[in-house]
Amino acid sequence: MDFGLSEEQEMLQETVRGFAQNECPTTRLRELFDEGNGHDPALWQALAEMGVAGLTVPEEQGGAGMEFLDLALVAEVLGEFALPSPFIGHSLAIQGILLAGSEAQCASLLPALASGELIASIALQESDVVWAPSDWTAKFEGDRLSGTKTYVSHAKVADRLLVGVQGGEFVWVDTKAEGVEIEDLGAIDRTQPMSRVTFTGAQAIKLEGGPGTASGLLDAAAALLAADAFGAASKLIDLDVAYSLEREQFGQPIAQFQSIKHTIARLGLDIEPARALYWYAAHALDHLPAEASRAASIAKAHITDRAMNAARESVELHGGYGFTWECEVQMWFKRIMVDRAIYGTPDEHRDRSAALGGY
Amino acid sequence: MDLEYSAEHEAFREEVRTFLKGWPLIGDEANLPKEEQEQIFRKRGIDAGYVYRSVPKQYGGSEQPQDAIKDQIVIKEFYAANAPRDLLSQGAGLLVPTLLEFGTEEQKERYVPPALTGEQNWCQGYSEPGSGSDLASLQCQARLEGDEWVINGQKIWTSSAQRAQMMFGLFRTEPDAKKHEGISYLLIPMDTPGVEVRPLREMGGGYEFNEVFFTDARIPAGNIVAARGQGWQVSRATLVHERNLIGNPNMMNEALADLIALARERTLNGRPAITDPGIRRRIAEIEGYVETSRLSNMRQFTAANRGEMIKAMRPMMMNKVFSTDAMQLIMKCAYDLLGGDGVIAPTDADNEGWGQRDSTASGWVLRYIFSMGPAIAGGASNIQLNIIGERGYGLPRDMRPPK
Repeated sequence: MDFGLSEEQEMLQETVRGFAQNECPTTRLRELFDEGNGHDPALWQALAEMGVAGLTVPEEQGGAGMEFLDLALVAEVLGEFALPSPFIGHSLAIQGILLAGSEAQCASLLPALASGELIASIALQESDVVWAPSDWTAKFEGDRLSGTKTYVSHAKVADRLLVGVQGGEFVWVDTKAEGVEIEDLGAIDRTQPMSRVTFTGAQAIKLEGGPGTASGLLDAAAALLAADAFGAASKLIDLDVAYSLEREQFGQPIAQFQSIKHTIARLGLDIEPARALYWYAAHALDHLPAEASRAASIAKAHITDRAMNAARESVELHGGYGFTWECEVQMWFKRIMVDRAIYGTPDEHRDRSAALGGY
Repeated sequence: MDLEYSAEHEAFREEVRTFLKGWPLIGDEANLPKEEQEQIFRKRGIDAGYVYRSVPKQYGGSEQPQDAIKDQIVIKEFYAANAPRDLLSQGAGLLVPTLLEFGTEEQKERYVPPALTGEQNWCQGYSEPGSGSDLASLQCQARLEGDEWVINGQKIWTSSAQRAQMMFGLFRTEPDAKKHEGISYLLIPMDTPGVEVRPLREMGGGYEFNEVFFTDARIPAGNIVAARGQGWQVSRATLVHERNLIGNPNMMNEALADLIALARERTLNGRPAITDPGIRRRIAEIEGYVETSRLSNMRQFTAANRGEMIKAMRPMMMNKVFSTDAMQLIMKCAYDLLGGDGVIAPTDADNEGWGQRDSTASGWVLRYIFSMGPAIAGGASNIQLNIIGERGYGLPRDMRPPK
């Protein structure tokens, strides 16, 4: 009976954290944010060399052979630095292949993804409210894919897309193939560009796992977004603490006022204990299949909801400065907006967890 | 991360389950008064090494090697069997750990065994009318005269003082010393002449807490724990135990299950409330907090078990406010489900206080009222937020007037 991280897992987080501190401090983040590509090839290359691009890919296919929990732990740290990278979509595409690919498909598709040589993303959501596999309408006939997917993260830098199609199955498509049109949507979070992708008879291959694998991928998406939001919200609390100690009014640091101190304590109460929620969701995906969907939905709903609240409070705590483009809070604020809004809002995940909880 | 028990702990769990087949008692023993039955079974639990595992045998415990997982198995299994285990009273839960840490040999031998069995009941004399959150400002005075302390002053919010034989409490013994350094931790027999208990009626109707007045009450000089002036440090240790008592995840899981059951029974807009999307989402939102609490506790438990408590300090200091708030969310939702029935409840003098698991409509009304209690008792939430801000996040302490 042990519900804690192993030394290796703590070291993994420390390694990625150390890397992000050096390679993507806020000054660099700001530049990348303004560029708006959500991607820095050198940064991605370095992450891939650390093994982050293929964390859960089996060793024989060039990956690190780690668990989903390890992936979530890295997502937390990348959220903490709002690090612009295709990590989430790429990792989820890999999860999709692991879930739905045949042995031969895994062997042929995973190595180039694990090395980071190819970047992938996932294309599941079809409209503002259509994201559940049962509602997918994209069609795959013969070897051709047709339909429209939206809020596809990093589609412009991705080489491949994992696409959800009618019947709750997945196909694998090359973004450079004929019949694939990618249109930038102008995302609010400039570290996570979003596109609408239209497929008109684009050549694709179907993953052979069949239906029934799709909900597992949505659970994985929910757990990773929860971990990302947890990291982002934790960072915001650190920023709040630092600002409240530095900013003086009435001749004293504003941290001295109980209204500020209690605000920060309440944000801590909302966020810090919820770390265990995303750990459990990720652990359940690895080891407790009967619990996984419910745990993922609870984590996604609760953490992204509380994190969004923390982000709003953080803006307010920074006063007029908090409302500026210059203030770093806005970057994490927007990151959390994405974590909260895509692949099921808190309301939708609460409906799901209630049903799964038997009420 | 591994949520299964090891083979050793699995075997231990089986052993405990077998033992628990002995509860409830059968035969002649089943006819004894309830309290006596509980004492008999608790004694068997001590002999078997399940109850009072951390208390030395010479003081009436079972003195087992430290094993947090076994402790947890015992708590879970005894709880599931509804069997009597360690008392969580003020005496066994708060005084005993304090005496084991700070008491003299004589004090341990004399007070620990009857506190463990519940033969001697204790109350806690901390708060005073002018000293609530600022407890260290307390003024109730004890003056050493020859070989006796002479006590004058008043305590308030003293739970179960009317049933206690003894009080442990904080008294100002060094009026000239600095605020925190002039306090001593004393043990007072409640039948001492000059000690008067006056019950206070709570908003729920019952009389659980009291005022206690001292008028030249004389107790032996030896009834002090640790040295003169060290009462504050001693009491800090006790408060930690008290806060541990208050955050009980079982209680929250039960309350959530009760809330779901209530939503199935009650009607909203002409159909079962549980089918109402708003109510479902509200309950699911509450479940987010309840799950957070359960899992955060598991994380803290693991940290303690590994000897790495330092890694879980923040969530640990958050337990009290977190569980108080989550319980209140449950009670508020339940109250809304009651509709007009929310105005009907007995306000009898024997309403006992929080912790009563009564799922009738009027029972919920009282639970709704009593859920205010934990926000105040054992360190008010507003003060807890200061502690979280200051010790958890390194924010500056409140400005205080110079001493």
